[in-house]
Amino acid sequence: MDKKLIVSPSPHIHGAFSTQRLMGDVLIALIPAFIVSVIVYGVSALWVTALSVVACVGFEFLIQRYLLKGEPTLKNLSAVVTGVLLAFNLPSTLPWWMVILGALVAIGVGKMSFGGLGCNPFNPALVGRVFLLISFPVQMTGFVTPTHVDPLSDAVIPAEISAEVATDAVTGPTLLGFVKEALAGGATTVDVADKISYNDMLLGFKSGSFGEIGALALLLGFLYLLSRRVITWHTPVSVLGSMFVFSGILWLVQPLHFMNPFFQILTGGALLGAIFMATDYVTSPMTTRGMVLYGVGIGVITILIRTWGAYPEGMSFAILIMNAVVPLINKGFRPKRFGVIPAKKE
Amino acid sequence: MLKGFSKGGIHAPEYKISEKAAIEPMPLPEIAVVPLCQHIGAPAVAVVKKGDTVQVGQVIATAGGFVSAPVHAPVSGTVTAVDALPDNGGVRRPTITIRVEGDQWLESIDRSETLISTCDLSPKEILEKITAAGLVGMGGATFPTHVKLAVPPGKHAEMLIINGVECEPFLTADHRLMLERGEEVLIGVRLLARVLGVSKVYIGIENNKPDAIEHLSRLSAQDPQITVVPLRVRYPQGGEKQLIEAVSGRQVPSGGLPIDVGAVVQNVGTAFAVYEAVQKNKPLIERIVTVTGRCVEHPSNLRVRIGTPLSALIERCGGMPADAGKVISGGPMMGRAVSNLEAPVTKGTSGILLIRERGAVRKEAGSCIKCAKCVTVCPMGLEPYRLSTLSKLGRFEDAEAGYITDCIECGSCAYTCPAMLPLLDYIRLGKAEVMRRVRARKSAPKA
Repeated sequence: MDKKLIVSPSPHIHGAFSTQRLMGDVLIALIPAFIVSVIVYGVSALWVTALSVVACVGFEFLIQRYLLKGEPTLKNLSAVVTGVLLAFNLPSTLPWWMVILGALVAIGVGKMSFGGLGCNPFNPALVGRVFLLISFPVQMTGFVTPTHVDPLSDAVIPAEISAEVATDAVTGPTLLGFVKEALAGGATTVDVADKISYNDMLLGFKSGSFGEIGALALLLGFLYLLSRRVITWHTPVSVLGSMFVFSGILWLVQPLHFMNPFFQILTGGALLGAIFMATDYVTSPMTTRGMVLYGVGIGVITILIRTWGAYPEGMSFAILIMNAVVPLINKGFRPKRFGVIPAKKE
Repeated sequence: MLKGFSKGGIHAPEYKISEKAAIEPMPLPEIAVVPLCQHIGAPAVAVVKKGDTVQVGQVIATAGGFVSAPVHAPVSGTVTAVDALPDNGGVRRPTITIRVEGDQWLESIDRSETLISTCDLSPKEILEKITAAGLVGMGGATFPTHVKLAVPPGKHAEMLIINGVECEPFLTADHRLMLERGEEVLIGVRLLARVLGVSKVYIGIENNKPDAIEHLSRLSAQDPQITVVPLRVRYPQGGEKQLIEAVSGRQVPSGGLPIDVGAVVQNVGTAFAVYEAVQKNKPLIERIVTVTGRCVEHPSNLRVRIGTPLSALIERCGGMPADAGKVISGGPMMGRAVSNLEAPVTKGTSGILLIRERGAVRKEAGSCIKCAKCVTVCPMGLEPYRLSTLSKLGRFEDAEAGYITDCIECGSCAYTCPAMLPLLDYIRLGKAEVMRRVRARKSAPKA
């Protein structure tokens, strides 16, 4: 037996997880929301997504190969995920060059400048989105409004809403923006109620960044991620739960002045943010207790911005703010070690 | 709800492909190579020399200290060398080589199959027999059994926990032993309980061995002191601390020993060896070895004399498959990759696992994506990603402050890491260095 044997330290087997598989699962989980966006916004959603992905992957390749003079690691699919998530946070009407600029900021500034995958403190897709939002507020909020008549109610989201917001320098997904402006102008929640169709929110017939519109599709993706053990429930449930509780308290105190909690978690980027953005591995905490604190922070900040801030939507900012706190959370919320609780007596 | 340990762990594919294969005796080798150090602690000291003839069961090396164990001739024949030969990792270690001639056993050993269930010996006498028989932990850690049975002054043993978990994928030696030698195992268990003076005995068995659970439960039904505890399947349940928690709910304190929570853990294989040593006067000269792997033609459980070369076991089970790339002594999670197939089976060899070349090569490591999966699976509640990086950077003070010495080296972190990082490699490195520093601090003269 002169066979050469391979020798290495244990363990000698490896589980099913790989970075590539995890990222692939995130992409699969985004498919339902993608289908909804193509149905609602048509081919333009497809083009923006394709452009964003190609740009993100391209920039990552160029930076790794020519700037860092290293071996590109495109196989792990993380640049594709960033590309899709960036696109999902953009309006489908955004000029092509702004998409590319957003991708450059997301990958170049948000990710590679910190050392690439695993080293970035902030969610790269959100860095790209917030850069665009601050730089091009008009284009970033110029949504095409789906003119869909819901058979169950007569609610149609009128085209003038989006136009209204778009011409205004104040930004934000339409419904949130509209409601915020109306409430600020002295209207009550009852006055705006007929503009809101919850069926449309669940199905995706509302205006907004195109990946965030289909609540049911996003929840389907959430279930997929949970079933594949890509993420745990802690962060999304903490985000949405704290949004619900916080806005619920406000609503109970002044129902005419504050929107109800269901509206809050179904509008804007709440679901997309809670399920897909806040759960980004690199920029979220390492322990479940840390994840809960992080999620609650995101939820509370989001409602604060939505209610009293200058922007109608606060999810992106909330996530980026809490991203910055993650190192502290990781220090403060270490896992509970085995053998430090006093031995239980039988 | 089945009992189990509370923190982390993984569930790897079990691949217990040899679980239906009854234990078969392995033919005697032509040459037996018997290492003097088959246990943790000081090597045994040879008491035979080249040219001596030995009988099966005869002492050929005596214990080299308290934490040590004597070695007995596993075969009869002529001693051809007392020197050093490469072990399964290729490192030369002191050995005694015996050319096998016939199969002459010492008269004192009872070779009959008669079950002897009564024992009139005092706990002290039983312990002496266990010590003299060269018993070590048969689960793979090979800690001398008599040392574990010596309860330190000030401590008190409340319970004996028998490890029938066999949580490593592939391995089935303990499973078969419990099924085929259940009576003997239980007698061994009672002898161990008597030595410790405990009245409570738990036998922990994972739920993927329902036949063993059923069998031992039935055999011990009339014995109020023995409880068979079915456990949910989760690696590393066979880890001493995890098993104690799974059956008793008690956590061994960080840096502590099982006896700190009143527990002593012994493997089922050890219990069987205790039976043979005490009731049959048979020292530890053979053991059950699982030979398995998805590329192995006849996955088997063999009763093998210590000193038999690993290559003979592989031959016996269908030979070395053309596509095999790695041979592991032990299980796939904590076993040791073998480079020398002429090395012998020792007291701690629980299995020989063959892995195909394709599965034997590690995948290329990427960068840590902070997915926290290693933190989630760590059964000791540590932060493997961090300890690994700290060790890699040589920041041993920080690694020590991160409780790197609590690591039980189960490998769950590296198993689960999606970036394929060799987390445990670096943690082992850091742990060894930290342990070295701790020892140096302890032995340093007080200023």
